[in-house]
Amino acid sequence: MTDDIAPTQNSSEIELLSFRLAEEEYSVDIMSVREIRGWTRATPLPHAPPHVRGVINLRGTVLPVVDLSVRLGMSPVEGDARNVIIVVQLGRQTAGLLVDAVSDILSIPREELQAPPDLAADSAHGFISALTIVDGRMIRVLDLASVLPDDSAEAA
Amino acid sequence: MSDPMAEIRASFFIECEELLESLQDALNDMDDGASDSETINVVFRAVHSIKGGAGAFGLDALVAFAHRYETVMDEVRSGKMAVSPEAIKLFFHAADLLSDHVRSARDQTPVPADSESCLQELEALMGIDHSAAAAEEEVSSDDFQPMGLALDLDFGDDDGGLPSLDDTIQDSVLVVSFTPKPELYASGNEPLHLIRALRALTEESKIETHFNALPPLEQLDPEASYITWSITLRGDVDESDIREVFDFVEDVCELEITSTEDDSGPFEVLAELISEPTLSDEAEVTAAIEPVSVNEPAARDEPVAAPTPPPSPPVAPSASGGGRQSSPSAEAGATVRVDLERIDRLVNLVGELVINQAMLAQSVSEAGLPPNSAVMTGLEAFMMLTRDIQDSVMMIRAQPVKPLFQRMGRIVREASAAVGKEVKLKVEGETTEVDKTVIERLADPLTHMIRNSVDHGLETPDKRLAAGKPEEGVITLSAQHRSGRVVIEIEDDGAGINRPKVLQKAIEKGLVPADASLSDGEIDNLLFLPGFSTADQVSALSGRGVGMDVVRSSIQSLGGRITIQSEPGKGTIFSISLPLTLAVLDGMVVNVAGETMVVPLSSILETTTLTQGDIRALGPNTNVIHVRGEFVPLYDLGAELGYRGTKSDYEGCIALLTAQENGTRSALIVDAIMEQRQVVIKGLQRSYGHIPGVAAATILGDGQIALILDPADLVQNATGHTRTADFALAG
Repeated sequence: MTDDIAPTQNSSEIELLSFRLAEEEYSVDIMSVREIRGWTRATPLPHAPPHVRGVINLRGTVLPVVDLSVRLGMSPVEGDARNVIIVVQLGRQTAGLLVDAVSDILSIPREELQAPPDLAADSAHGFISALTIVDGRMIRVLDLASVLPDDSAEAA
Repeated sequence: MSDPMAEIRASFFIECEELLESLQDALNDMDDGASDSETINVVFRAVHSIKGGAGAFGLDALVAFAHRYETVMDEVRSGKMAVSPEAIKLFFHAADLLSDHVRSARDQTPVPADSESCLQELEALMGIDHSAAAAEEEVSSDDFQPMGLALDLDFGDDDGGLPSLDDTIQDSVLVVSFTPKPELYASGNEPLHLIRALRALTEESKIETHFNALPPLEQLDPEASYITWSITLRGDVDESDIREVFDFVEDVCELEITSTEDDSGPFEVLAELISEPTLSDEAEVTAAIEPVSVNEPAARDEPVAAPTPPPSPPVAPSASGGGRQSSPSAEAGATVRVDLERIDRLVNLVGELVINQAMLAQSVSEAGLPPNSAVMTGLEAFMMLTRDIQDSVMMIRAQPVKPLFQRMGRIVREASAAVGKEVKLKVEGETTEVDKTVIERLADPLTHMIRNSVDHGLETPDKRLAAGKPEEGVITLSAQHRSGRVVIEIEDDGAGINRPKVLQKAIEKGLVPADASLSDGEIDNLLFLPGFSTADQVSALSGRGVGMDVVRSSIQSLGGRITIQSEPGKGTIFSISLPLTLAVLDGMVVNVAGETMVVPLSSILETTTLTQGDIRALGPNTNVIHVRGEFVPLYDLGAELGYRGTKSDYEGCIALLTAQENGTRSALIVDAIMEQRQVVIKGLQRSYGHIPGVAAATILGDGQIALILDPADLVQNATGHTRTADFALAG
């Protein structure tokens, strides 16, 4: 993920968009964030995996929305006016991440990012690419590629 | 220079495609028994024109191939060679190779390998009928002519300009020797204008054109300058006037002006003027040049002499003269070539327009205006207009299936040759128009199915004879519009599906349980299971078990469906039913468990409100309804899609009666019908794979996304081999 950083950016620092999920703090690389939208009801897809909340209309295109909380093995996000959808782009794939709330934009020196310790028992563990501490809070950096559905596997 | 050349090259290849198409048509006609000279001429001309164009671009391999093909066709045309069925087969093969050659020239890929053997076969065939084939080959290398062009050089005096005999003796005679350098042409100058300007200087002039330097064609450099002129001017002309005419081209030509004594009388000049055919007036020149003979140099020099092509259409004179026809493309109606991207953009914009219009309609109705207010009527007119625009835009994208079908002709020829069967392809409804994208994405599945029909569908010749059928098998490929869809059928007159064998194979492969008892239709559908192949031997063509399942999924991804009808001993029909366009559809907007969904109108037969008497229990978990004398299985959409559980009582519910291509009916329970509307199809991202029963999505007037259902797929997935389990959900 960190490879996606544009060359214009100061390479010694990384900017993260941090958000809240069930009182925990997560973040994604801000370079992969396209926009942040308020909560709109998603049209559910039949027979879709539980973390796929459905699809919403993003200015004429159909955007799938992933309930990040369910994806990380927690209880579903309520889905009300306080929740937001972070529209992220990874390669050619665009998707919305439903989160509780967006909190901050953080600038963190790269060397302060640490690889997560290997704890195979945690289902969310595979989705975290790095950890860091800001003002005493631990912030997880999400690995978008593993959070988003794999578009190459299924060509049907 | 490279850019305009590339453009001309591109248009040459587009022309080639058209010529190849007409070549195929003519060969098909010949195959059907047409032996008139016009049909053969069309073949000849198509090959000839490709050769001529290719010569201009220096595509040597293509020229060489087309030339030898043409030579053979010339033999046929002159009646020296009888057209036997074998010959026609070879002609087809050569035509296929010719298109390969064109493609390889265009994409700069290696030329097809077996072209030499095909040509040799062709020539051998000709040699049998006509012993001078080899000699002909030698000689004919000369008769490659560039396309003759109508000549509109206006050198001649018209009648008013003829000098009279009793003119006074002229002051002087000046001979202007004019030798243009290649740079003159390169800088866009036109000798014709110069010569005209010269002639305007005096009343009496004589123009001689010298072709002495013109090399044989194969050595001709199209950008070099070979032709010189000497112009004799009689009268009151000053040398400086002449110099002035050539003022701008002085350094790109050799100019020599000599003053001679008046050695020939005006009469003599006049006689020469009259006897020189190229000096007649413009219309006559054009008329005289058209049936140009091989040795007419004037026709040859024109492409060199004129940097800008003359407006008259190119004429393709045949090597032996005669047979001059306007090119076939000229007969088609006026057309414009448009970049596909622009059309797609237009299609998208119209799609947005439709969505916008729906949103507007919704907000107007929410505003609570009376139904016959000006706004409402205006909106209605707007809706009709939108619809018209949409139809017209869709029509732009529609293309006849003919090129696709012609490709299939080739597949049949190649496949039948590979398996040693005699196969004839009959094509029907090739003018049927389908969306371009559909055509493009249909090529692969269709190829596969045609190969299958040749390989598995038709029997071997001896088996056919034993069954009392003609040795030659027939595959019929047809296309037609049927109730808003396009139906493409591939029919063979083979042995039909060997159902016991199919069932046995399926059991062997563990695709169905050994004790399964399946209906004929169900056995036929086993062919579409992944990993199924009936062929005992895996041939080069088919039988590797990746086949019909791929065909079916690619047809389904086009929103189409495929069905089989087969009758033992009579043959098999595969029907592909496709939507006309991939962009919009007429749908019924319904409500299922609080979700808005769209059901394609084309699949709905009728809607009905269920009463207690309609519903009958079939099994413990299943219901059927009795409609118009038929028992129709009942599916609860809400439960099938997993939105809610089944209801305890379906009395009073609304059911949509849907029909599939194969005639199967099913009733889908919905909670409410909201409206009927045209919706724009938006593809779902493929991230989640194929969602059973859902074809696509659309955006409604309120900005919400609604799923577009595919009833046939829905029913199929609900009744598949796990029938009982799914019925438990549905019941």
